[in-house]
Amino acid sequence: MPDTFEPKIVAFFCNWCTYLAADLAGTSRMKYAPNIRVIRLMCSGRVDPQFIFDAFAKGADGVLLGGCHPGDCHYQEGNYKTLRRFHLLKRVLADMGIEEERFRLEWISAAEGDKVRSVVNDMVEKVRALGPRMPTLPQPMHAREVAVS
Amino acid sequence: MPEPGGTNGAVRIGVYICHCGTNIAGVVDVGHLADFASRLSGVVVARDYKYMCSDPGQELIKQDIAEHKLNRIVVAACSPTLHEPTFRRATEQGGINPFFFQMVNIREHNSWVHTDRAAATVKGEDLLRAAVRRVRLHKPLEPREVPINADVLVVGGGIAGIHAALTLANAGKHVYLVEREPTIGGHMAQFDKTFPTLDCAACILTPKMTAVKMHPNITMWTLAEVTQVDGYVGNYEVTVRRKPRYIIEDLCVGCLECIEACVYKQGKVDDEFNVGLGKRKPIYISFPQAVPQLVVIDPDTCVEFKSGKCKKTCVEACGDRLAIDFKQTEKMETLKVGTIVLATGFKTFDPARIPYYGYGTYPNVYTAMEVERLVNASGPTAGEVILRDGRKPKSVGIIHCVGSRDEHTNKYCSRVCCMYSLKLAHLIKEKTEAEVYSCYIDMRAPGKAFEEFYNRIAEEGVRFVRGKVADIYPAGNGDGQLIMQVEDTLLSMVRKIPVDMIVLSIGLEAQADAQDVRRLFNITCSGGDFFMERHPKLAPVNTFTDGVFLAGCCQGPKDIPDTVAQAGAAAAEAMALIDAGKIELEPNTAHIIEETCSGCKTCVPLCPYQAISFLAEKKKSEINEVLCKGCGTCVAACPSGSIEQNLFEDGEIFEEIKGVLNYA
Repeated sequence: MPDTFEPKIVAFFCNWCTYLAADLAGTSRMKYAPNIRVIRLMCSGRVDPQFIFDAFAKGADGVLLGGCHPGDCHYQEGNYKTLRRFHLLKRVLADMGIEEERFRLEWISAAEGDKVRSVVNDMVEKVRALGPRMPTLPQPMHAREVAVS
Repeated sequence: MPEPGGTNGAVRIGVYICHCGTNIAGVVDVGHLADFASRLSGVVVARDYKYMCSDPGQELIKQDIAEHKLNRIVVAACSPTLHEPTFRRATEQGGINPFFFQMVNIREHNSWVHTDRAAATVKGEDLLRAAVRRVRLHKPLEPREVPINADVLVVGGGIAGIHAALTLANAGKHVYLVEREPTIGGHMAQFDKTFPTLDCAACILTPKMTAVKMHPNITMWTLAEVTQVDGYVGNYEVTVRRKPRYIIEDLCVGCLECIEACVYKQGKVDDEFNVGLGKRKPIYISFPQAVPQLVVIDPDTCVEFKSGKCKKTCVEACGDRLAIDFKQTEKMETLKVGTIVLATGFKTFDPARIPYYGYGTYPNVYTAMEVERLVNASGPTAGEVILRDGRKPKSVGIIHCVGSRDEHTNKYCSRVCCMYSLKLAHLIKEKTEAEVYSCYIDMRAPGKAFEEFYNRIAEEGVRFVRGKVADIYPAGNGDGQLIMQVEDTLLSMVRKIPVDMIVLSIGLEAQADAQDVRRLFNITCSGGDFFMERHPKLAPVNTFTDGVFLAGCCQGPKDIPDTVAQAGAAAAEAMALIDAGKIELEPNTAHIIEETCSGCKTCVPLCPYQAISFLAEKKKSEINEVLCKGCGTCVAACPSGSIEQNLFEDGEIFEEIKGVLNYA
């Protein structure tokens, strides 16, 4: 792994909590790793599983989802929908050889600028330790079955 | 659809990089970004400018639209929550649809959080590339307009709610004022004097309370709580639970004879209004000037409610007025309002959380709120400052910052304690001629006439000790005297000051149910569970939920002048919406693409607003745009990709992903 590896994290932040938390981190002049690229959506519930696959397919080293805390969703329950998708997606991504640390969901309220800082820094460090994401093809089904038996 | 601006379908993008003085330019190479943007596909003009939000900055956009026939605008500046409306307006004034605009956040999300110039500039490139790729796909949209119901709900009947309600009602708006206690007035009604003018709290508050009651435009409900809020700005539907008073309001004349007649000859339970220093009967009125001037029965302690065998002397006393009704039940009411002012107030810090101050252990340790009642002429001692054993204190210690500026309790400054401590020092000295020691960390007197007030109290002979009290323990001389141990940081010595009475200047905290209330109204809390304003300077009484405004201490600790000013501001913001008659909503709704909708109904149960229905005859889903709030949850869930969300179309997001990853 080259020493100069700087992971690129694509983040999908909801408009009402996590995007505002990132704004607050800014107005509070908190410093965090510059490896994150935020895409704003109205709700974490808008995160289409395709966005995650697409981000990984197009070179993201990690994907971070940010939504309101459970019970706090601006749209009542969009974040619960995200949570369900997240658990399923994690398993699919694992099958595709994408390490667990590369895909993360965090509840960050509009008041938690500091959490944006710590989560981003932590994720960047973990993904940096993993190194660049190598495009791996899923193992053929028969190979896996052999491995199990 | 032909592209606007007569450009024969070609996308012509103008990109503007804001320096924001040195806020952005100090960290991000803005010149480089403009140069970088100029080479992106579709970009016709790319400039950097000192302040894009200024008039000349906006003018630049308008001129370029005309001169270069631009049909898309990208501005890289601050957060879209701040200036997206500004630049959309400039875009529209330039002659193109305001939604042919995309904003890039290179300040809050970039220059303010990064220090490495090279890395921040590369990030700026990525974000710009994403926006330029995205904006190409933008479609012209029309904001949705909805009418505004002119009625306003004010939650909380303290001085903030009272002032907001009166301001709105005087402007001719109908106000529903909902208060959960039996009377309006809030904390201010419990105070004796107010700093720094020392004018009597009741004298300035009670006329306003009466005005609320008498105002033809105010519907006031006490013993009432909001239980549900539906709808959206301009069109809220609010459910209010009205608890029974067991008194028929229209029949009670406020003679209070029933209280006198109660089978309990003396007060039986702790009197909430006197913070437990006095006793009240099960049938009572909170305080003599309570509004409404009606008694209330407390079913938890009333004999009739407990046993059903009371002689009901209260009913006898009421006689043919027939105002007492033990059978009253809870009522649910529904209100339709357009805007909401939250003025739910605060609670005081519980000093039992700091055990070494001995509150609850040593009877001569009081909270400031208790002393407010002691110095008040209508309080439990008729205004005499006497200890629980009836003695007048000869020396009194006041401890500032109890539950404020403390890592173990609350880190924030409660803003009012220094000043009310000075006020109480003055009142105690005036009433008892006691020696008063005021132990402070820093004297905070930053308001109008506050420093002068501090000087006045110092001249009156109050002993100021700069230091945080570390311990309180009995002097052991048998008369309840306490030793206040404090390091006097001006004398550089530890002092052990014997005092007869200790006053804890407790801080202000958010209401215990602040989290429930903010969920109810779909707003956010900031530190300490105080409600979060939309912007501390630019929108200090707004919330992130349109049409919901904040007033008073529910937003953060503040004194009465600031509370009243904020309540006026909240009322003005509500009026600004109402008088506009209608409001524009973001056109970010979702819609079904009928051709590909398979009729699987996956989306239908996902919508929290019941905006999606299934058309059985067509076997397709349909979204009601009026009910849709634009979260996009259904869009993400549609298995056939047959739902699109305006402003957040799949294609636009995919372009953003490619853009930030620099993927061809």
